[in-house]
Amino acid sequence: MNAKKLALKNSAAVFAALGDPTRLAMVALLCGAGPLPTIRLKQAIRSSRQAVTKHLNLLETTGILTSKRVGRDRLWRIEPHRLNETRAYIDQISADWDAALERLRKFVEKNSG
Amino acid sequence: MKTDQIRKEILLKAPRERVWQAISDSASFGSWFGVQFEDPFAAGSPITGRIVPTQVDPAVAALQEPHRGKRFQIWVETIEPMTRFAFRWHPFAIDPNHDYSSEPMTLVTFEWSDAQGGTLLTITESGFDKIPLARRAQAFKANEGGWTHQATLIEKYLAQQEQRQAAR
Repeated sequence: MNAKKLALKNSAAVFAALGDPTRLAMVALLCGAGPLPTIRLKQAIRSSRQAVTKHLNLLETTGILTSKRVGRDRLWRIEPHRLNETRAYIDQISADWDAALERLRKFVEKNSG
Repeated sequence: MKTDQIRKEILLKAPRERVWQAISDSASFGSWFGVQFEDPFAAGSPITGRIVPTQVDPAVAALQEPHRGKRFQIWVETIEPMTRFAFRWHPFAIDPNHDYSSEPMTLVTFEWSDAQGGTLLTITESGFDKIPLARRAQAFKANEGGWTHQATLIEKYLAQQEQRQAAR
């Protein structure tokens, strides 16, 4: 698989991982207040430990989070490069500009024709 | 791939003056963009706008309707008639309960050049690398289920490509 396709496949995995509202909430929490231990995430998300662990493991597999063992718990942190690579934020704004510029086209071409 | 800026080029079938007026006049800017500014654009001071659904596209206007009345500010930096217009703003500042004022802004620049049959307009927005990560993560939220759908489409596309290669 070439580099471009590999990057696309990796982005797809990130999108899929963050498409779930619980996982997105966890990532948002860690973006703002991380790193956090599993226990704190469990309290914030109000879900069973088993469910929380499952979500966290998936996010770690995707490379969005990393963790290390601290005592009997794990400490979770965001891997910022992974979120940057997907450019989702910029793609969204880029799409907004495409739409705005089409409105500009309508505006200037209609009034000068 | 550059992660710090967006760059767009658009060829408009309209005279340069017309395109200049559509962007540098705050009322004209507002009518296509979907915002109502309180003042004319002037370099060096903040100008407050409120989202008002666009007048040029009913479908987009419907999408903007829930955001009607939301305030945002821009800081005009450069006004060089017929050549360059630039301002700073907070990108994606759509959460009314969040104070964006302490966060870094991006710089939006419009540049004019003549082209066959009209005007070539180049738009760049730069400075995204300084936007806080938590703010950038919001883009996923704004898409709701959209990413899941997109991910499925990408996976399908890749699977087809691999099958095609295997068949060769």
